[in-house]
Amino acid sequence: MVVPIAYYLVLSAILFSIGVAAFLIKRNIISIFMSIELMLNAVNLTFVAFAHQWHQVSGQIFVFFVMVVAAAEAAVGLAIIIAIFRTRNTLDVDHVDLMKL
Amino acid sequence: MTSSLHLWLIPLVPFAGFLVNGLLGRRFPKALVTTVALIATLIPFVQVANIALHFSSLTLPYTEQVATWITAGNFHADFAFALDQLTLIMLLVVTGVGFLIHIYSVGYMAEEEGYWRFFAYLNLFMFFMLTLVLAENFLLMFVGWEGVGLASYLLIGFYLTKDSAANAGKKAFVVNRIGDFGFLLAMFLLIAHFGTLSFSEVFNQVAQHPEWQGGFLTAIALFLILGATGKSAQIPLYVWLPDAMEGPTPVSALIHAATMVTAGVYMVVRTHVIFDRSPFALSTIAVIGTATALFAATIGLVQTDIKRVLAYSTVSQLGYMFLACGVAAYSSGIFHLLTHAFFKALLFLSAGSVIHALSGEQDMRVMGGLRKKIPITFWTMTMAVFAISGFPPFAGFFSKDEILYQAFISPNGLGKILWFIGLFTAGLTSFYMFRLWYLTFFGESRAQATTAHDDHGHGHGHGVHESSWVMLTPLVILAILSGIGGWVGVPEAMGGHAEIAHFLSPVTGAAHEAAEGRSMELLLAAVSVTVAVIGWFIAHLMYFAKPALPAQLASKVRGLYSLLLNKYWVDELYGAVVVAPLLLISRYVLKGLFDTGVITGGGMAIGYSAQGLGALVQRVQSGNIRSYAGWLALGAAALLLLTYVGFGTHLLFR
Amino acid sequence: MLNDSILSTITFVPTVGAIVVALLPRRGKLIQWFTLLISLLTFALTLHLPAHFQYGQTGFQFEENHPWITSPNIHYHLGIDGISLWLVVLVGFLGPMAVLASWKVIETHTKEFYFLFLLQQTAMIGVFVSLDMFLYYGFWELSLVPMAILIAMFGRNRGPQAAIKFFLYTFLPSALLLVGLIWLYAKTGTFDFVETQQYLSQNSGSIAPQALWWVSLAFLVAFAVKVPVFPLHGWLSDVFSEAPTAMAMVVAGKLGLYSIIRFNLGLFPSQSREVAPLMIALAVIGILYGALIALVQQDMKRFIAFSTIGHLSFCTLGIFCFTIVGLNGTVYQLLNHELSGAAMLILFGILYERYGTYDMGLYGGVATRLPRMATLYLITMLSLIGLPILNGFVGEFLILSSTFGVHPYWGAAATLGVILSAAYMLGMIQKIFYGQPSQLVANKTVPDVVAREGFALVPAVILMLVLGVASPYWIRAISGAVSGLAQNVAHATATFTTTVAEKR
Repeated sequence: MVVPIAYYLVLSAILFSIGVAAFLIKRNIISIFMSIELMLNAVNLTFVAFAHQWHQVSGQIFVFFVMVVAAAEAAVGLAIIIAIFRTRNTLDVDHVDLMKL
Repeated sequence: MTSSLHLWLIPLVPFAGFLVNGLLGRRFPKALVTTVALIATLIPFVQVANIALHFSSLTLPYTEQVATWITAGNFHADFAFALDQLTLIMLLVVTGVGFLIHIYSVGYMAEEEGYWRFFAYLNLFMFFMLTLVLAENFLLMFVGWEGVGLASYLLIGFYLTKDSAANAGKKAFVVNRIGDFGFLLAMFLLIAHFGTLSFSEVFNQVAQHPEWQGGFLTAIALFLILGATGKSAQIPLYVWLPDAMEGPTPVSALIHAATMVTAGVYMVVRTHVIFDRSPFALSTIAVIGTATALFAATIGLVQTDIKRVLAYSTVSQLGYMFLACGVAAYSSGIFHLLTHAFFKALLFLSAGSVIHALSGEQDMRVMGGLRKKIPITFWTMTMAVFAISGFPPFAGFFSKDEILYQAFISPNGLGKILWFIGLFTAGLTSFYMFRLWYLTFFGESRAQATTAHDDHGHGHGHGVHESSWVMLTPLVILAILSGIGGWVGVPEAMGGHAEIAHFLSPVTGAAHEAAEGRSMELLLAAVSVTVAVIGWFIAHLMYFAKPALPAQLASKVRGLYSLLLNKYWVDELYGAVVVAPLLLISRYVLKGLFDTGVITGGGMAIGYSAQGLGALVQRVQSGNIRSYAGWLALGAAALLLLTYVGFGTHLLFR
Repeated sequence: MLNDSILSTITFVPTVGAIVVALLPRRGKLIQWFTLLISLLTFALTLHLPAHFQYGQTGFQFEENHPWITSPNIHYHLGIDGISLWLVVLVGFLGPMAVLASWKVIETHTKEFYFLFLLQQTAMIGVFVSLDMFLYYGFWELSLVPMAILIAMFGRNRGPQAAIKFFLYTFLPSALLLVGLIWLYAKTGTFDFVETQQYLSQNSGSIAPQALWWVSLAFLVAFAVKVPVFPLHGWLSDVFSEAPTAMAMVVAGKLGLYSIIRFNLGLFPSQSREVAPLMIALAVIGILYGALIALVQQDMKRFIAFSTIGHLSFCTLGIFCFTIVGLNGTVYQLLNHELSGAAMLILFGILYERYGTYDMGLYGGVATRLPRMATLYLITMLSLIGLPILNGFVGEFLILSSTFGVHPYWGAAATLGVILSAAYMLGMIQKIFYGQPSQLVANKTVPDVVAREGFALVPAVILMLVLGVASPYWIRAISGAVSGLAQNVAHATATFTTTVAEKR
């Protein structure tokens, strides 16, 4: 059985929209961070889907790139979050609106 | 004679004197300053005298081109000097009287602070005046023209700490600049029409075009008149001369009586070729001159400061010279210029001697009875008074009478009226001069009432004294000249040869001769002498026989008296009509409203509106991540929408 | 051969000096002496130019032309003609004067001051010698920066504000200039002045006249602000009152006026012709306006600022009459005014050093205390009001007489400025020098002009007299350059009108 490409795309769009909505609504930085990951993975899903569809390996490779970047981002981002929490005792983005700690 | 006369040396020697005394004079001993200054004036005098002796052997006009001054495009002006009969007379007056006044100043200024400065300025004046006289083109004449104004400014303000002196100096310079404005415009017109400023070239061109009548020549002449009224203190620009009496008295004698103020007359005579083509301009000069003569004489009637009386008399006499020019009797004008230089310089120097004797007192009301105390001054002054009042055979009689006669016979329709006013003014002149004579030298001394204010810092605490011989010698020489100076122009009607008119005729053209002939001239002379005698008689009555009369008269016609005493309120009028509005507009409208308001305010407004706009847009940059994200999402949505609608064809390139 | 590299040498000697100044230790008057030495050296080098200038020739001399950047096509092209010749010498002459005038006033941040001062020298000389317009623009902008910084650093009391004002006033129009330059480059493919000039005169038909008009306007506005021409003068009085003397004496006039003559008349003759009525009107207004405001100023620096507006407006007037006589007069007047105006600023400065105020109302009776200074003031004042045989007269006379020949009424109105300038200058002299010593003057014993000030001023005063009587020496160089320009304008107008007529 072949799942049509549209299914993947719809799922990916839903995931991405959830990510966007969460990014806009959530105040906790960690939640925002997770919503970004969600968006990235939504994109990953489309990459993989198309790679499968067209039998092209480059889509898969891109996914690896994205994952690597996401991992790096997670490392840096979490470090920043910890630093912010240490100095401000809060993770509310609305209170973190200065370009310094 | 072909060898060079080295005319350029004549002005340059005084300039050298100025430089030496001006730069080093402070450290020089007084005697050295005196020597430098006198030699710097004596050399030109000797040179001029030498030229005068060989004058008949010269080919005239003699010109000397020293160097190019300005050359740009098609415009060209040289340092060029010229000598002709007119120049020679002026040179003799300027160097001769100038040298005498230098000698006088040695005595007069002996006690003054800044002795060296005084002589430096005096030499500077000689430099500029001689340049003015010798110039062969309008531009170089303008150098002298402005330069004598500068020297006059410096000398009027010689007493640095006196505010009134500083004001007077500034006033003199600025009023003269108004005249210079006219002179400049005249030069611009000359350049536009003739392409040159050289006298000979301009006059040749005019001579070659007999069809040029009036028109632009009238315009040039009128602008030149404006220049002349400034320098020669005629209506409407005479106001600076009375104030110029703030300067030391030798300065008043040299600059504000004998030489500088006659520059306007000299200039008109020099450029008479232009004036001859413009009857309107000539009439204008004649009317200005006559009006000024009368106007100033009436003011002179009631002034109490001895120097101011003389100042107004100078203005009035210059009016006569203008009248002469206005009726195209140029040689008569120069004749009067010559005699006036003698007797007016003498009047001022004698007045200076009086002032000196009284330790700086200038108010005639506190003088009186000086005849016995300073006899030599008295006698020289007497000569001058008789000369200016027009008693034969003194100098002023011949020259003034010549002018009145020329006015009478002039073809100008106004001639008879001008003659009558001139005659009346002669009576006034006689009156106020004898008034001065009586008030100063006759009656009882009125000096006890007030102690002499020593505002010249002479520092002679002791009583009235005759001046030293260094001052008296020039007085005596000038007195002799005032006596006999007029004999060079005795008209043929009186058995003379009118030498001066003949001498000047190559420059000025032949003088008019009336159809009525010589009996008419003699009759007019008799009339004017009678008028002078009447003036003397009234002065005698009022200031000698019945000294209480003037005060009674003054209270009877108080309005007229205060009008005259306050000089017709002309200074106040100029102040209210010209100066005050100009300052008010500058201060409040231009500076306050426009510059601060519009220019600075406009700049500020632009600055602040940029700041306001920034403040408005700044709110978007909240630093809040979620608001950025919101904008981002909004933007993305908009783009998506656009893609859907299709921005390629529908939105941008419709 | 020195002739081949003299312009580069003159331009960059001050830069080298500036770098050395930056490295020198702050010890005693070392920096001052060194800067003085450099500025004297620069001046001596500039004297090479008039000595070896070919007076009969038109066109540029001492040219240096090397490719610099290939894309865009920018050359390192220097050269001078009769107009820029004397301006370069003038910058050289004013250099030592400025250093001497700053000697004691600048006590803090001396290294920064003299560093920027020397950089400024390079920039000004560079503006006058550049023939590649990109290079020119670089120097032009460079001349703004040290000035703004120095005004901010050494302002009297509102320095930063004046600096910002100066910067915005001059920088914004410079942006327009840049746009104009790039547009021209896009059309002509070269930044070279001579090539652009040729291109524009030969291909006037192929460029939209409307566009060219806007470009010429962009040039004009940028330069007019720098002069400044009448309604754009808002920065001048603030800058004069805040800037150190050494900066105030070079900030106004020559850069803007030179550029108008070089570029507006050189590149856009027919456009200049069209804008002339406006500029003449503005110039005459500027003459009278500056004089009238100077008449009621109490602050010496603002006084000299407004008198400067008046005097420089004479130059603007002379430029836009397009006569050979008038242009000669303009360049001459420019030299004169820079010289005399600088001397006057220094004189105000040294009076300020002694009494600590620029308020004329507080002075009085200084003449009896400081006679030598009074003399210097007097001569400088007379030069500024155009007394014959001093320098100011020659330029003023040439400008006014030529204006009168072309536009009699404007000429006459401008001549009124002669009366007013006498009135305000004499008023200033009277307030400061005549009368009884004021409280301020009486209570303070100060020295008369000292040797250092004498060295700065006496040469200037002598030069005023020499310039006044020996004008042909200078004008023979100027004349060759400006007569070409005047013909250029006349010719352009002729062709312009004929093409318009043909189109109709």
